[in-house]
Amino acid sequence: MMLARVVGEVVATIKHEHLAGQTLLLVQPLAADGEPQGKVQIAVDHAQAGPGDRVLVLDEGNGAAQVLKRSRGAVRTVIVGVVDSVETEPGTPRAAKRRP
Amino acid sequence: MHFGRVIGTVVCSERVPSWRGQRTLLVQPTDSNGVDQGRPFVAVDTTSAAPGQWVFYIKSREAAAALPDPDNPADAAIIGIVDSKREWPPGDAAKAGRP
Repeated sequence: MMLARVVGEVVATIKHEHLAGQTLLLVQPLAADGEPQGKVQIAVDHAQAGPGDRVLVLDEGNGAAQVLKRSRGAVRTVIVGVVDSVETEPGTPRAAKRRP
Repeated sequence: MHFGRVIGTVVCSERVPSWRGQRTLLVQPTDSNGVDQGRPFVAVDTTSAAPGQWVFYIKSREAAAALPDPDNPADAAIIGIVDSKREWPPGDAAKAGRP
């Protein structure tokens, strides 16, 4: 699972039947220090997450199928929790500096 | 799931039986703003997408699970066509409230 921030939403009328009725949110993965790291992805919302929420995102098909209570299908990235707080030890690796 | 843009079609007359009836398209990955990122790849299409359309795709084992016969060798599948996308600016996200 990864920490991410909800940064937007996607509307898609034509989508795979396994995604029917699901809310699709844009999530920006975060490093341990809370800084954005990596590419924005699309995730199925299963935690009633809102704009700006820091969330826990599962990115694995078998777990996603279990969470959504269905057989394995075309779903892999699911928001499974809204994070209240994260505590880190001193010296925790920070987000890699972005290349200029 | 990631964003991509359909940039072409791929036709193979001779292919594995589990792909019978499926279309294969050439996809250029993009970021959430539609800017090209990385190298194009071939994906099976479950949405009747056309070249030029902005789509989202799924990779790895779950791509194969998107097809009717899950025992197939797909490692990427287009599973949606993007109608619209909205990103909340970082400062406004907290103020925007829950949708």
